[in-house]
This record gives sequence, structure tokens and C-alpha cells, in this order.
Amino acid sequence: MSADVELDHITVRFGDYVAVDDADLRVEDGEFFSFLGPSGCGKTTILRTISGFLEPSEGGVRIGGRDMRGIGPNRRPTALIFQNLALFPLMSVADNITYGLRVRGVSGAERRRKADELLELIALRGQGDKKVGELSGGQRQRVAIARALAVEPDVLLLDEPLSALDLKLRQHMRTELRTIQQRVGITFIYITHDQGEALTMSDRIAVMSDGVVQQIDQGATVYDNPATSFVASFVGENNPFFGRVSRTETGFAVADTASGALVGRNPQGLREGEKAIVFVRPEALVVGNGAANGQANVIRGMVTNAEFEGPTVNLYLRVEGGREVMLLMPHSGGAPSLAIGEEAVVSFDPQRAVVLPEGALAGE
Amino acid sequence: MRFVRRNGLFLSGYLLVAVTVWIVFMIVLPQLYMVDFSFRPNLPLNEIGGPDDKYTLENYRYLVFGRPTDEALLNWLHLEVFFRTIIASICVTLLDFCLCYPLAYYMAQVARGGRTRLLLLLLILPFWVNEILRAFAFRLLFASGGMINTALLGLGLIEQPIDFLRADVALYAGLSYAYILLMMFPIYNAVESLDHNQVEAARDLGAPWWHIHLFVVMPFAKPGIAAGCTMVFMLSAGALAVPQILGGPSSLWFTQVIYDWFYQGGNWPQGSAYAFVLLIACILFVLLVMRLFKVGLGEIAR
Ligand SMILES: Nc1ncnc2c1ncn2[C@@H]1O[C@H](COP(=O)(O)OP(=O)(O)OP(=O)(O)O)[C@@H](O)[C@H]1O
Ligand SMILES: [Mg+2]
Repeated sequence: MSADVELDHITVRFGDYVAVDDADLRVEDGEFFSFLGPSGCGKTTILRTISGFLEPSEGGVRIGGRDMRGIGPNRRPTALIFQNLALFPLMSVADNITYGLRVRGVSGAERRRKADELLELIALRGQGDKKVGELSGGQRQRVAIARALAVEPDVLLLDEPLSALDLKLRQHMRTELRTIQQRVGITFIYITHDQGEALTMSDRIAVMSDGVVQQIDQGATVYDNPATSFVASFVGENNPFFGRVSRTETGFAVADTASGALVGRNPQGLREGEKAIVFVRPEALVVGNGAANGQANVIRGMVTNAEFEGPTVNLYLRVEGGREVMLLMPHSGGAPSLAIGEEAVVSFDPQRAVVLPEGALAGE
Repeated sequence: MRFVRRNGLFLSGYLLVAVTVWIVFMIVLPQLYMVDFSFRPNLPLNEIGGPDDKYTLENYRYLVFGRPTDEALLNWLHLEVFFRTIIASICVTLLDFCLCYPLAYYMAQVARGGRTRLLLLLLILPFWVNEILRAFAFRLLFASGGMINTALLGLGLIEQPIDFLRADVALYAGLSYAYILLMMFPIYNAVESLDHNQVEAARDLGAPWWHIHLFVVMPFAKPGIAAGCTMVFMLSAGALAVPQILGGPSSLWFTQVIYDWFYQGGNWPQGSAYAFVLLIACILFVLLVMRLFKVGLGEIAR
């Protein structure tokens, strides 16, 4: 079984503080949906509202078309995986996994069968008798997933379940989570502040900031066509150039910035004279003026730093106006083409830049 | 020797001597002396050390069988007091547990910081008043002409005053109250260290509230519960002042019997034997219960 989740204009307040502001969205049946946003933006609050630990101050939650008002967390068809997992330390792995079944009065033999089945699913066969404390971080993670899956929820809610793991394990668990989701076929609602996680696993992502859902789209769309300056700066690296729109053409806008006139796509239909930010991804910038658009999109600066990352090199330029710009170049082998302290000219294709209305940036 | 290196010669020497002196002179020797006493006959001063001063089981025999010349087979009077003391102490312990667990859970897991501190303060403040005074205050509360009876009579709920003292209500109330903090704090500490997410996780998995308490919170708080129960039971069984003041006219506490041997009867060996029996009985009982609930001694002292 599986179900869709509708948030119908949900607002959650703590006193005067608005933790979630008018969230209105629909998670499809069987979808892997992520909420992505910085710490404190209200992700956990949304999840607790869906699972029933919080009642929204306004609006309502529907799961599988059924209004959830007044239905407690123990009677909702959801299962929550906590930020810190919250496994029961005194119970064995198998007892943890089947706790929900024990609550439902399932017989011991049936519970053991189910535990074996789930241990198989999370690749921990034969480890049901261990204590939770004897498991590694990644294994504990999987036990928490199995414990939630054991009650056969329609919707699985995951609150940053990978944040406590080290990088390698986190990357491994991403693939694993996605596989498990495809195998069991239920709706996953996943919360994270790590864009890498959201981009790699999700069917769709909702980007949040300060309690407001900024954009809901597929990962590639969020990356290529951010709806707001916050999304543009939060998801992936981006170089912002602040300025004012001086001219518009069909689908494009020219903005006058401290680094000269820059042309980019104009998805929001900005008009002449409006304040704007031109966002250019590091990988869209190329050395030389080959990608320029006539006189525009040529940026001059001085190389201040170069970081070698293996397949790529991050180049930092100090441009006119004092800002630092990051440039991502494929590593071609051999000596770097630009040395620190050298003057450089870089340019970009207007197709690969976006002009957005001025607004808050992430991390400021 | 790591101990010596860490603390220096002087300090470690001092610690070793102080702890040894404390244990030997304050704990072991006096108790051994009492035990030794309990196996000797009650002799006048000038015969102590004389030919009649031999080890005997007479003092213990007396608790069970009474004087050889008695008609009855067993010493029912004292045995009954003994068992009633044990059973009543169990009841007091259970009562304290039932009172403390919900409150401790509320303070540790539900209430926010300020309210928890206020409740703790309200719990502790009455204990600035000493035990005797509190017991007498309870007596006034429960007496025939006391506040409770006056109130009940005034409300027309009863015709005759209820004799709370004779019904041992006052005794149970007084004892539970006297040791309630010793139940409260260990449980509070234990429940406090429980991650609230575990309670929510259980709830999210569909558990009703009683299931969460029985299978998630209580197992976790077991060492604290055991510590609290042990202390309340031991101290109730060994209480003297409260039963003296609040006990009904016909219900003796075993400690009162012991007290009488020492001070009224002037029979110290007999009193020692009785006290020793009470001590052993309490320890055995506690160990048995701990066995039943699978709690280790180490956990309690955690
Ligand atoms: N019970 C509460 N009472 C008052 N304020 C709260 C409560 N729970 C959350 N908040 C506030 O709501 C805001 C959002 O909190 P939330 O836990 O949803 O953030 P989050 O996005 O999950 O952050 P993180 O990534 O750090 O977990 C925070 O500013 C927090 O202080
Ligand atoms: Mg959170």
C-alpha cells in the first residue's frame, strides 16, 4: 500500500514565531520527495505535522485523500525515522524491528518471520539477536528503516537520517535508500540540508527557506532553473552579480553590474530598471572571451587561488567590484593554464546564466 | 599503583587510611559487635565474661517460638508484628512508586524547564521541616477532631468521624510522605536521561500510552526504580519515629519491639538479635526482588 500526501495551505506557529508559512503541495503516491533547506528552516516541523506530532495552526494534512485532523501519530499510516534514529537501546535488533508488530498483538512466530524478512531486506541477515549498541552507524541506520517498514506504512518520513554518518557511508546509504524505496514502492518524504542527498535520490525536491517553500521541482530543474535567488544560491555553487536590468530581449535580460553588462535568461520576466542578480554557475564560466555575447558577458579579474580537486580545478578570481568568483575547470593534465596573480578574462554563454529578482541569498 | 601516581603519595595515603578507618570503625566493627551480642545470653554486668557467657541461639529462638514455658507453639505476637512490618513496608513502597512515577515522568519528559524546577522546589521545601514535626502535623490532620474529619463532617459526607489512626491510614500516609523524595529523585534522574524521541518513536509505531510506559520507559528507568524502591522499603521497615507517632494503638512496628528490648526490657542481646533478623530479612527480600526484575547491584549505584 502507498498513498499520496497533500499539504493544504499549512501554517505552523510557535507562539508568534511562524515555523512553516503556508505550505501547499502534493506528494504523489510512490514518490521519493525531499524537503531541502538550511538548518532551522522548518523541515522537521513539516515532518512532525505530517506524522501527527504537531497540529498545523492553519490548513490541513490529507493522506490518501483522508483528512488527518485529530488523528494521532499512532493512528496515522505514516512511519517516522528520527534525526537521531531513536532506536530502543535495551532491545535486540529483532525486537526493535518488530516493536510495532508487538504493539499490534502479532504472535511471536509471525514476528520472527517478519524480522527475518526485513533483516534480509536491509542486508543484516542473522544479526537479529545483537544489541543495538553492537551495530555500526550504517547498520543502525538500516535497522531504523526496517523498524519503520515493519508496520507497513503508506508513507515513510525520514528526518535527515544520514546526517550522523561519515561521507563515504552517506554516499553508500543514498543508493541503498533509493533501492529500498524502489523495492517497497511506498511514498518517501525525505528531509535534508544536504543538496547532494536531495539531488541524487529524489523524484522531486521542495526547497525551503525560513518556513517558506520556495520551489518544487525535479532536481535538474531546481539546479538549472532556480525560481528565486535563495534557491539559486543554496542549491549548488553559484556566482551572483548584483545589478539593475538595463534592457530586455525575448527571454533574456541584460543587467548592468560592477563587472560590466551581463546577459542571461529572464524566466521571471524582469523589466527594465528593476534590481536583479545574475547567477552564473562555476562550470558555465570558461577562460577567454569565446563564450561571450558580443560585448557582454566578459569578466576580467585576477587569479587569487586555485584548488586542485582531481577531476576539476576550482579557480578563484577577484573581479572588478571586489567580489570573488569561482570557476570550475576540467583538469586536463599538465600544468595549470593560469597562475596565481595573473590577470584573466573569462566569459559565459547567456543560455547558462539566469537573471533573477533581487532577494535573500543562502547563508547571509 | 596508578592510584598513587595520580594522587601523589600523601593524598593517596590519606585516602586509603581514611576510607579504611571509616569502613572498619564506623561500619564493620559496630555491626560485628551487635552480631556478637545477639548470640550471647543477657547477663548482669558482673557475670559478663564468666562461665555462663557462652554463645547461644536463645535470642533468635525466642522470636520464633517464645519462651519454652509458653503454651503456644510460636511467638505469634512478635512474628505477626514482624510480617506486618514487612508487608506494610512493601505497601508503602508501592504507594510511593505509584505517586512518584507519573510525577517524575511529567517533570522529566513533559514539562518545560521552569515548571520542572518549580515542582522540584515544591517537593523539597516541606523537607526543611524535620521528620518529627511533619509526623505530628499529620497526626493533627488525621485525628478524630482533625482537619480532614472536620471537613468531611462539615460537608455532610460522614456522620461519625473516621478513626484514620486506628485504620493505619495515617501511618501509611506518614511513611509514604517521609520517604517520597528517595523514590522521586532516582526515578526522575533515570527517566530524565531517556531520549524523548524514543517515546515518540514508540508512539509513531502505534503504541498506546500504557505500552510505551511498560515496555519503553520503565525498562529504561529500571535501575532508578530499583534504587528508589530499595531505599524506601529499607527505610520504611526501619522507621521508628513515624510509626511511633502515627501508628494505631493496636498496631506495633517491628522497630518499636526492638526499641523496647533495648530501653524498656534492658535486654540488649535480645534487641540485637531482633534488629539483626530485620536487617537480614530486608536484605534478602531486596535481593530476591532484584533477582526477579533482573537488576544488578551495580546498576542501582549508577
Ligand atoms: N516546539 C517548538 N517550540 C518553539 N519553537 C520551535 C519548536 N520546534 C521548532 N521550533 C522553531 O521552529 C524553527 C524550525 O525548526 P525545525 O526543527 O523545523 O528546523 P529544521 O529545518 O528541522 O532544522 P534542522 O536542520 O536544524 O533540524 C526553529 O527556528 C525552531 O527554533
Ligand atoms: Mg530538523
